[in-house]
Amino acid sequence: MPREVRDVVFVDGVRTPFGKAGGMYANTRADDLVIRCIRELLRRNPQLPPERVEEVAIAATTQIGDQGLTIGRTAALLAGLPKTVPGFAIDRMCAGAMTAVTSVAGGIAMGAYDIAIAGGVEHMGRHPMGEGVDPNPRIIAEKLVDPSALVMGSTAENLHDRVPHITKQRTDAFALASQQKTAKAYANGKLQGDLVPVAIRDEENGWGLATVDEAPRDTSLEKLGALKTPFRPHGKVTAGNAAGLNDGATASLLADEATARELGLPVAMRLVSYGFVGVEPEVMGVGPIPSTEKALRIAGLTIDDIGLFELNEAFAVQVLAFLDHFGIADDDPRVNPWGGAIAIGHPLASSGVRLMTQLARQFAEHPEVRYGVTAMCIGIGMGGTVIWENPNWEGGDK
Amino acid sequence: MSLTAPNEVVTRALLRQVRVPGLDKPAALITLDNGFDHTKPNTFGPGGLTSLDEAITAALAADPAFVAVTGKPYIFCVGADIVGLPALQSREQALEIGRLGHRVFARLKDSAVPTFAFVNGAAMGGGLELALHCHYRTLSGGAAALALPEVSLGLVPGWGGTQLLPNLIGIPAATQVIIQNPLMQNKMLKPKQAAEMGIADVLLEPADFLERSLEWAAGVVNGTVTVTRPEVDRDMWAGVLYFARQTLDQRLHGAVPAAYKALDLLETAKDADFATGTAAEDEALADLVFSEELRSGLYAFDLVQRRAKRPAGAPDKGLARPVTKVGIVGAGLMASQLALLFARRLQVPVVMTDLDQARVDRGVGYVHTQIEKAVGKGRMDKGTAAKLYGLVSGTVDKGSFADADFVIEAVFEDLNVKKQVWAELEKIVKPEAVLATNTSSLSITAMAEDLEHPERVVGFHFFNPVAVLPLLEIVRGERTDDATLATAFAVSKQLRKSSVLVKDAPAFVVNRLLTRFLGTVFAAVDAGTPLEVANRALDPLGLPMRPLALLQLVGPAVAYHVGGTLHAAFPDRFGVSENLKRIADSGQPIVVDDEINAEVAKLLVVGDQPLTEEQVRQNALDALAQEIRLMLDEGVVAEAQDIDLCMILGAGWPFHLGGVTPYLDRTGTSERVAGQRFLPPGVASLRS
Repeated sequence: MPREVRDVVFVDGVRTPFGKAGGMYANTRADDLVIRCIRELLRRNPQLPPERVEEVAIAATTQIGDQGLTIGRTAALLAGLPKTVPGFAIDRMCAGAMTAVTSVAGGIAMGAYDIAIAGGVEHMGRHPMGEGVDPNPRIIAEKLVDPSALVMGSTAENLHDRVPHITKQRTDAFALASQQKTAKAYANGKLQGDLVPVAIRDEENGWGLATVDEAPRDTSLEKLGALKTPFRPHGKVTAGNAAGLNDGATASLLADEATARELGLPVAMRLVSYGFVGVEPEVMGVGPIPSTEKALRIAGLTIDDIGLFELNEAFAVQVLAFLDHFGIADDDPRVNPWGGAIAIGHPLASSGVRLMTQLARQFAEHPEVRYGVTAMCIGIGMGGTVIWENPNWEGGDK
Repeated sequence: MSLTAPNEVVTRALLRQVRVPGLDKPAALITLDNGFDHTKPNTFGPGGLTSLDEAITAALAADPAFVAVTGKPYIFCVGADIVGLPALQSREQALEIGRLGHRVFARLKDSAVPTFAFVNGAAMGGGLELALHCHYRTLSGGAAALALPEVSLGLVPGWGGTQLLPNLIGIPAATQVIIQNPLMQNKMLKPKQAAEMGIADVLLEPADFLERSLEWAAGVVNGTVTVTRPEVDRDMWAGVLYFARQTLDQRLHGAVPAAYKALDLLETAKDADFATGTAAEDEALADLVFSEELRSGLYAFDLVQRRAKRPAGAPDKGLARPVTKVGIVGAGLMASQLALLFARRLQVPVVMTDLDQARVDRGVGYVHTQIEKAVGKGRMDKGTAAKLYGLVSGTVDKGSFADADFVIEAVFEDLNVKKQVWAELEKIVKPEAVLATNTSSLSITAMAEDLEHPERVVGFHFFNPVAVLPLLEIVRGERTDDATLATAFAVSKQLRKSSVLVKDAPAFVVNRLLTRFLGTVFAAVDAGTPLEVANRALDPLGLPMRPLALLQLVGPAVAYHVGGTLHAAFPDRFGVSENLKRIADSGQPIVVDDEINAEVAKLLVVGDQPLTEEQVRQNALDALAQEIRLMLDEGVVAEAQDIDLCMILGAGWPFHLGGVTPYLDRTGTSERVAGQRFLPPGVASLRS
C-alpha cells in the first residue's frame, strides 16, 4: 500500500518548574507532576477536543512506584483524558521525553494517528539514579563495558581523559555562563511561559505553589573552582559544572500538520529529522556528536544550516566536546541562549521536551532562523538529536 | 478568659507566602492541618482557633495580595471539636467558645484584603462556617461532603452559619441545609449540589484544584474574573420559615430544641446586623450545650460512629471462615432482597432455591429488575451489573448449596418449617457451612437442636427494607460456636451493616421493645382510649412516626404474630389484643393520608376506661423501662448502649432521645420503674 509520509509539527509544550531532589517536590508524586503538564496542555489549547488525542507517551527512567504502572496510560486517565485515549511508558534514560516525541512523531508521520502527547517525568528525589537496578554479571565477567559506564559522573571524567584540551577552567566558565544566561532569561520573562505552577505541600508550611525552578544559583568562578570532584580524586567534574539531581516533568503536543491547521492549533516547530546513535558507554557524553551528524545527513543539511542549538547540559565537558567537534565557540549566542540544565536542572527522562519548548519560543523570536537542533547525551552510551524547522522563518540567511 | 481543651488535637493554621502568576505581590495561603491523615479530620477547638487567629495576623502583617484558607488533603475542616463540649463547666465557657470562633472568623469577613476559602475536601459545621466568612469560595468536585449537621446532634451552627448562609444562598436552601438535612438521617451535600445552591462561587476539578483556585483568586484580585451571585429573595423569608416551623411541629412536636433555635436564628438573619445575629448564636449555643438533648445527641453520635463499628462481645475476627458462595433458601421478596445485597457486597455467587421453578424465576427476575433500575438511574455501572447478573442464580435443586459457605433462610416464620429446611440442608452442605436464619422472633437454639452440627446455626436478623436499614441483630444460640459467630460478624461487616450481638431471647431487641411499646398503646385502645388520643400520646418524644403508622408499616398481621410469640414467652407483660386481630383480619389500612381510618375504628370492641395522652405515654415509657431492665438482667445484650444502638439503627429512634435509655433516665422513668438508671449521670446526660 503506497502512502505518504506526513509532516509532524510541535504544537505546544509545557513543563513544571524543576525542583531539587529532596526540595520543593519532596511530598509531591511523580505522576502528579506529569498529570499537571498534560492538563495544562489541554487547557492552553481549548480548540483541541480531548478525544482527538490518540496516543500518550510518557517517559521515566525508573519505572517504579509513582513512575510505574504504564505511566503514559495512567497519567492520561488521571489527567481526565477520555478512557478511549491509549498511552504507554517509554524509557531511554535522559532522552526519554525526546524518544517519546520521536516515537509518536513516527506514528503521526505514517498515519497511525493525528495527534499525540509526548512527555517525561523524573522524580530523582523519590527515585534516585540506579534504584532497583540489577546489572547483568556478564557486563563485568566478559568485560563488555567498564563498570564506570554506569556512573554518569565517571563517564564525564572519562570523557575529560579523551579530550584533555577541555580544561576544568573551561567547563567552570561554561557552567557560570549557563547560570548567568538562565538568570537573565528569567529576568526577561523568557522561561515563565513554559511553566505550569504546581501545588506543593510540607508539614511545616502547608500548601504552597511552585512557580520557578529551584536549582538555579548565584555563583562565581571562584566558588565553582572550590567545589569537590566526587567522581574522581583531583578530577574535573563537580556539582557546579554538571546538572544536578532534580524533580520535574514535561509534556508536549505533537500533530500531523494538516490536522493542526484544521483544528486551528498553533504550529511552533516542524520536525525535520532525528537520529539516535550508540557510542562507547564509558564516554556516553560524546553521543550527541554522531547522532547530530546522522540527523543532519538524513535531513540533507550541514551544521552551518543550524541557527539555534538547545543542547542538554548533563555535563559541561560533554557540551564543550560537541562544540569543539563542530567548531562552535563556547560562547556562541546560538547555543543555549537561555542557559541549560546546569542551571535549570535535568530531571532525566523529562528534559528532552524542555529543550524543545525553549527552542520553540526562540524560533518565534528569531524568524531569520530556519533550522534548530535539540540534542542530548544518553546513559549507557548514546546520543539523540532532533532537527526542527522554524515555521516563522522569513527566508533570511539561516 | 482563656479557654483550653485538655485533649484537643490542635488543627494548626500553617501560613505560607505564595507567589501567584498574575499578581505583583505574594498571597497568604493558610493550610489547616492537624498533622494526621484524612482518617482523623481537622477540627477546631480553642487551640485551633488561636492558631488560625495568629496565622491571620501574620498573613495580614505581610500586606498580601489576598488571604486564602484551605485544608489538608481530602479534608477542609469538619467543624468544632465536639468531644470537648461535655467537659465545659459553665455557661460562660460555652458562650466563650462561640465568641472565640466568631471573633477569629470575623477577621476573614471584615478583612480589607480579599479573603478566599479553597474548599478542597470535606467541610462541615464550623469548617463550612469558616468558608462562609471568606469573601469568595472555590470548591473541589472531589470534596466528600458539605454540611451544617449541628442540629442533628442538638446544636445550632454557632459560628455564623445561621446568619451568613441564608444571606448568601437564600432562605429556602439555607433552611434545607441547616434544619431539614440534619433531621433527615443527617443528609449532606455533594459538591455539585453545594455549588448549584451558591455556597461556592466556582466548582473546580480535583486534579489541579489548588493551582486553579490560586489562579482564579488572582483573577478576582486583578479584575480578570468577575464573580456574580444571584440576589437573595427577601420577600419569601417569613413564609418559608413559617412553613418550616409547621413541618417541624408536625414531625417533632417540639422535641428537638436545637431545630427551633435554628429557626429563630434564621429569622434573625433577615434584618439583624451581623453582630446582633452572632450574639444570638452565642446565646443559643450556650443554652444548647447545657441541654439534655445535646448530651443524648453526642452519646448517640458516638454509638453510631464507634460502638457500631466494634460490636461488643464479637469473637476474635481471626476465627471467621471465608465465604466464597452464599445460598439463600426461598425466593420470595425478602429472599430476593437478600440475594441482591449479598451479591453486591460480597461479590460471590449467590444461589436462591424455592419449591418450584416459577417462584425461583420470579425471585431471580426481581433481582434482575432491581439491577436494571440501578443502572437506569446511574447508580450502578454496566460492568458491575454484568457481574451481578452472573453472580445471582436460582434453582429448585438444593444440591447447589453443596459448596456454599453461608446459607441463609428466609422461609415462612414457623419453627417446624425452618427445622425441616435445616434438616434437609444438613445432608447437603459442608459440615462447617454456616446456617443463618433471618427469623424475627423464633428461637435459634430450638431451630438447631435436632441438627448434627447445631454449633453452626446463627441468627441474622435484618430489618426491612434490608438494603436501607443499617442494623443487623446477630443472635447467638446456646450452642453457636465462636467460628460461626465470627463468620457472621465478618459477613455483616462486608454487607456494610452495623451489628449488635444478641442472646437467643424471644424477638431479640428491636421487635421485643417495639412490640411491648405498641402493646401498651394498644392496651389503652382496648380499654377505651380513642385511637386519635393513643396515636398522639407519644408526640412529645419526636419519634420518626406515630404508633399507628408504625403498626401499619410493620403490618398488623406480622405484629399480631410476633405479639403471639412474645405472649407465649412472657404472658404477664405481652398481651394479645383481639382488636389488633380484628384489624389484621379486615385487611384495612389503619391510617389513610395521616388520618385514622374511620372504618377501622368501627371494628374495635373497646372498654370504658379511656386514658389520657399523658397516661398512655407514661404507660408506654414505663413498659419500655421495665422491659429494657429485664433484658439487661437476662443478658440479651451486653449493655444499655447496645439497646440504644439497636433502637437508633433498627427503629430509627432519634439522637435527641439518645436512642431510648438516656431519655428514660432523664425523665426519671428508669429509677421509678426499675429502681436504677441505665447509664450513670454524665454518660448521656448532664452531670447534675
